Amino acid sequence: MIQFSQICKRYPGGYEALKNVSFEIAEGEMIFLTGHSGAGKSTLLKLIAAIERPSSGSIVVKGQNVSSIQSGALPYLRRNLGLIFQDHKILFDRSVFDNVMLPLRICGFDHRESAKRVQAALDKVGLLKRQKNNPIGLSGGEQQRLCIARAIVNRPSILLADEPTGNLDKDYASDIMGIFKSFHQVGVTLLISSHDENVLRQFKGRVLALKNGELCP
Amino acid sequence: MKNWLVSHTHVLLFTLRRFLTTPLSSLLNILVIGIALSLPAGMYLMLKSVQSLAEQAVGTPQISIFLSMDASNDEVAHIGKQLKQHASINQVKFVPRDQALEQLKQTTGLADVIGGLAQNPLPDAYVTYPKISDAQALEGLRDEFKKWPKIEYVQLDSAWARKLGAMLKFGLLAVLILAVLLSFALIAITFNTIRLQILTQREEIEVSKLIGATNAFIRRPFLYFGLLQGLLGGATAWFIITISLRLLNNSLSELTHLYASSFTLHLPSIGDSSILLLLSAYLGWLGAWLSVAQHLWQIEPR
Repeated sequence: MIQFSQICKRYPGGYEALKNVSFEIAEGEMIFLTGHSGAGKSTLLKLIAAIERPSSGSIVVKGQNVSSIQSGALPYLRRNLGLIFQDHKILFDRSVFDNVMLPLRICGFDHRESAKRVQAALDKVGLLKRQKNNPIGLSGGEQQRLCIARAIVNRPSILLADEPTGNLDKDYASDIMGIFKSFHQVGVTLLISSHDENVLRQFKGRVLALKNGELCP
Repeated sequence: MKNWLVSHTHVLLFTLRRFLTTPLSSLLNILVIGIALSLPAGMYLMLKSVQSLAEQAVGTPQISIFLSMDASNDEVAHIGKQLKQHASINQVKFVPRDQALEQLKQTTGLADVIGGLAQNPLPDAYVTYPKISDAQALEGLRDEFKKWPKIEYVQLDSAWARKLGAMLKFGLLAVLILAVLLSFALIAITFNTIRLQILTQREEIEVSKLIGATNAFIRRPFLYFGLLQGLLGGATAWFIITISLRLLNNSLSELTHLYASSFTLHLPSIGDSSILLLLSAYLGWLGAWLSVAQHLWQIEPR
């Protein structure tokens, strides 16, 4: 599903975020990406969504070579990915409902069909009652769940989550991990980054650990 | 196809809502565009009206022949006979000097001044309507009459119309230059409006790109906005022109009445109106397109 071959990422100015990283993720796997802050977790996730390009090496996502993707094909790659951002990237000029509606509008879905999907996604993360509210009134955990709802409304086959439990207390964090597990059960491929030891402890599955931009064996 | 229509309608409604969220600045923008367009378009229409008047005058040429003051009655009659028999002349009208003076008194209201004159300063005159309308042939005819005895002055009445025509051409060129300059102003106004919009929508554009929006999808609302703003500006210009021309026609009718003429300024025809609206919409779209092309690539998600 996702394949990294000898990926290096050097930022302008010479900082090397990733050094010779190679791994493979099979379809339906749930992978945990750990490492201290600055180890290159965010960079790795950004490379998959082609938000950043690798300095060398190749990345293949769903059979498509992302490292050399044309900018015209980029939107269609991203529609297959559900992205959950560290900083949520929620739009505060519209309701909770409209935030989740955005990906479907972008894909040109039928309006009535997409309204149902949005409500289903909001129900899944427990925000259905807040759908008409402005997201500014949501707590940190609720904003995170809104971000998840927006990422899954398009029913992507791959879900990438960057520090989804970053600033949350324990209960919220296990809430969100529960949501991720339910996606895993229906066959979604998940890649979740976190430096949170607690979350890691209750998680069973493969772990990719980064240290100073290198993958620990 | 249906989805495509729905998404375009959605964008259109969204654009209208964007107009309404900043009503004052939208209104001012539209007004500025309307005024900028109404100047050259209104002047063009006025010149066109005058031009059609001039063409009418050229269409029925007239040669006035003023006789010498010392021409005897026989000589006057002889000239009249000659004119009537002339192959190129259609119709001849004799204007005796007494009648000319009477007319002058009545139409100009200078009765007091004219009454004070010791003798009638006006000569007898013939007004002739030639069969030909070719400008060079008319001039030839004028020169021919000039050589006849007892003829003081021959005036080709279409000459002023041709001079006017030349001046109108000059005027139309000036209006065209003005139109081109103000079109650039319109493009600049839209360019800047869209630039500000892109800056305020930065976050939405960034998120949309991350979620998989194509460039066309991101561009669309801005292009619609430019198009709509241009169109509304064009409509404003149309209203400004129509109302102004109606007002001018009202006061013009008093003036032309004095000259026993029925000259009116033409209101914009359906053709003129559609050209105005299409052009303004296109210029708005172009300004938006340039702005989007210039600014959108700068917003890349990090």
